[in-house]
Amino acid sequence: MSREMTGAEMVIEALADQGVEHLFGYPGGAVLPIYDALFHQQRVHHILVRHEQGAVHAAEGYARSTGKVGCVLVTSGPGATNAVTGLTDALMDSVPLVVITGQVPTHLIGNDAFQECDTVGITRPCTKHNYLVKNIADLARVLHEAFYVAKTGRPGPVVVDIPKDIQFAKGLYQGPKNIQHKTYQPKVKGDLERIRAAVELMRHAKRPLFYTGGGVINSGKAASQLLREIVKLTGFPITSTLMGLGAFPASDPQWLGMLGMHGTYEANLAMHDCDVMICVGARFDDRITGRLDAFAPGSRKIHIDIDPSSINKNVKAEIPIIGDCGHVLEDMLRLWRTGAAAADKAAMAAWWKQIAQWRARKSLAYKNSKDIIKPQYAIERLYAATKGKDVYITTEVGQHQMWAAQLYGFEEPNRWMTSGGLGTMGYGLPAAVGVQMAHPEALVIDIAGEASILMNMQEMSTAVQYRLPVKVFILNNQYMGMVRQWQELLHGGRYSQSYSDALPDFVKLAEAYHAVGIRCTNPADLDAAIAEMINVNKPVIFDCVVDQSENCFPMIPSGRAHNEMILGDAAESIEDAVTEEGKMMV
Amino acid sequence: MSSTTHYPAATVSQAVETHTLAVIVDNEPGVLARVIGLFSGRGYNIDSLTVSETEHQKHLSRITIVTRGTPMVIEQIKHQLERLVPVHRVVDMTIAGPAIERELAMVKVRGKGESRVEALRLADAFRARVIDASTASFVFEITGGSGKIEQFIALMIPLGLVEISRTGVVAISRGPETM
Repeated sequence: MSREMTGAEMVIEALADQGVEHLFGYPGGAVLPIYDALFHQQRVHHILVRHEQGAVHAAEGYARSTGKVGCVLVTSGPGATNAVTGLTDALMDSVPLVVITGQVPTHLIGNDAFQECDTVGITRPCTKHNYLVKNIADLARVLHEAFYVAKTGRPGPVVVDIPKDIQFAKGLYQGPKNIQHKTYQPKVKGDLERIRAAVELMRHAKRPLFYTGGGVINSGKAASQLLREIVKLTGFPITSTLMGLGAFPASDPQWLGMLGMHGTYEANLAMHDCDVMICVGARFDDRITGRLDAFAPGSRKIHIDIDPSSINKNVKAEIPIIGDCGHVLEDMLRLWRTGAAAADKAAMAAWWKQIAQWRARKSLAYKNSKDIIKPQYAIERLYAATKGKDVYITTEVGQHQMWAAQLYGFEEPNRWMTSGGLGTMGYGLPAAVGVQMAHPEALVIDIAGEASILMNMQEMSTAVQYRLPVKVFILNNQYMGMVRQWQELLHGGRYSQSYSDALPDFVKLAEAYHAVGIRCTNPADLDAAIAEMINVNKPVIFDCVVDQSENCFPMIPSGRAHNEMILGDAAESIEDAVTEEGKMMV
Repeated sequence: MSSTTHYPAATVSQAVETHTLAVIVDNEPGVLARVIGLFSGRGYNIDSLTVSETEHQKHLSRITIVTRGTPMVIEQIKHQLERLVPVHRVVDMTIAGPAIERELAMVKVRGKGESRVEALRLADAFRARVIDASTASFVFEITGGSGKIEQFIALMIPLGLVEISRTGVVAISRGPETM
């Protein structure tokens, strides 16, 4: 079933055959033939962003909220370089993307031609794989292979760089069938003997803990379901990384909250004191482990990951299991059931009693105010107003992101889109655009800071053009809050360049974009204002003016262990917490 | 306490070892850049690197890399290499079983009189071949383990050594097994 067509037509044909319905992009000289091919068809719907970085983040939001591959089309040179931040973000957070870049004609490559850059060279370290197609005969195969590589194994972004002459050239199109990659075939089934050993270790555990991550979400909805079953069946407590939120319901009593640098007291202390750690699809990132030589010192670790390079990278695992989380959890669950395994009841009772004591510390508590909106209060009210709705949350990066992760309760996977690995300010709004495109009826909220939002504010225009009623909920404290918090902690409170001066009037800015602007400064008005935001069927910028000086707690400071957290009420000022070491030693 | 950063301090490291890795890759454009970029991007060392197509029909190349690192880092290097899409196999020749390692060097020595004779005598002792000669110089070709070549070079320095070209290490396992 091969038909002759141009390279540009092949691109569209391949996207359609791969089930792509939405393509985020921005035209330019080197992709004009593909844009012309787009013009002649109805199957692939193109969304015009306002900046190529926005296109990649939108595709990330689209991919993470649907589990499908996100797709991007940009031009050569600046189009490709603008996409680099998004590509790196997707690589760090394992988001499957296929990004098609135009390139100058093959005879001009290397000539410093207009809008030329070494796209495959620049994107080599920030993609899972990339291709430069120099022969029309390779194009169809490469496009299908790109989708295969992007979504197989640990997902990631793939770039296909297509010179303009290849877009015009005619060749035979091959469908996605019979395209099998000769070398790239990741292992999805875990080693049964290892899984059996893991079950044995879990059965005898006195202080076990599930530590789960984004891998569970990437593995698909079934993996989250299996995780819920095994957590229920074993009765073990569970915590998760930032990326893994939603795989396990936050309302469940076995849920300890997020762990790590801004994790809860109970999650971090349970991590520190556990004797058996079951890591599922997480990678022992430095935001999680803190000081490595004091990380969970008395624990034996089971590490399930599809990427062998994640195992033993930072932390040695006694039982490494290479495979897809879903497959491994399925086998683990079956072995636990058929072996009639049961947890040590007496030990579990003591463990839960200990956890209850840590929980009673209420580490996410804060001093509320009648006069000024506390950022934590704003998140709590937003959560209360949207609970039970078909809601998706994206964030920018900083304090607001951590407060959202701590205080917004996620019950389902794929509902939480945030830049975890790279920490990209400006991620949230374009990601929300992508999410809303995939879920037109859902409530999509970007929880933002006033500094982050300005980094990709131009995507409001995209939201308005496509009638995407995304809500941008800005916790406006007129600071780059997380930077300021670190300056208080490490640099004597010298706020070097971390204040937001000359901010726009966000309400007027919303209006300038033909969106709706809402401002709220009084805690008493907050609920009504949030209700108004939710009820408007248009894009909204919500300027929530919050306490300028609030910091994000709990916190594990620089290179400390999990049992050396700073708690919010332990220090009036964060500087005290560092100098008076006794206060933060728990 | 690393109070001036928000990253954990480096942990006490294990002893550094030298390993020779054999990597079979698709011989496609950019594959060497991927391998080298991985080493530079992640801060791994390359002591020596050789590459050539070894199976022409299948377009497969064999890259031999000599690298240094702690056992944990060496394991990471192997996994990171395996993660590259065009990489077929990675074998750690240092631990996979007995292996032979060889290197070829061409050594140019300039001199007259007694030192010239001495260079020739030593070359003979090292089984180095003369592959070019003029009245004022020799080019020796020497093959062997890196240690032997180092030793030969050291001896040639006082005898008028002026230029060296080395291939870097290639390795293959002993016995009938293949990688």
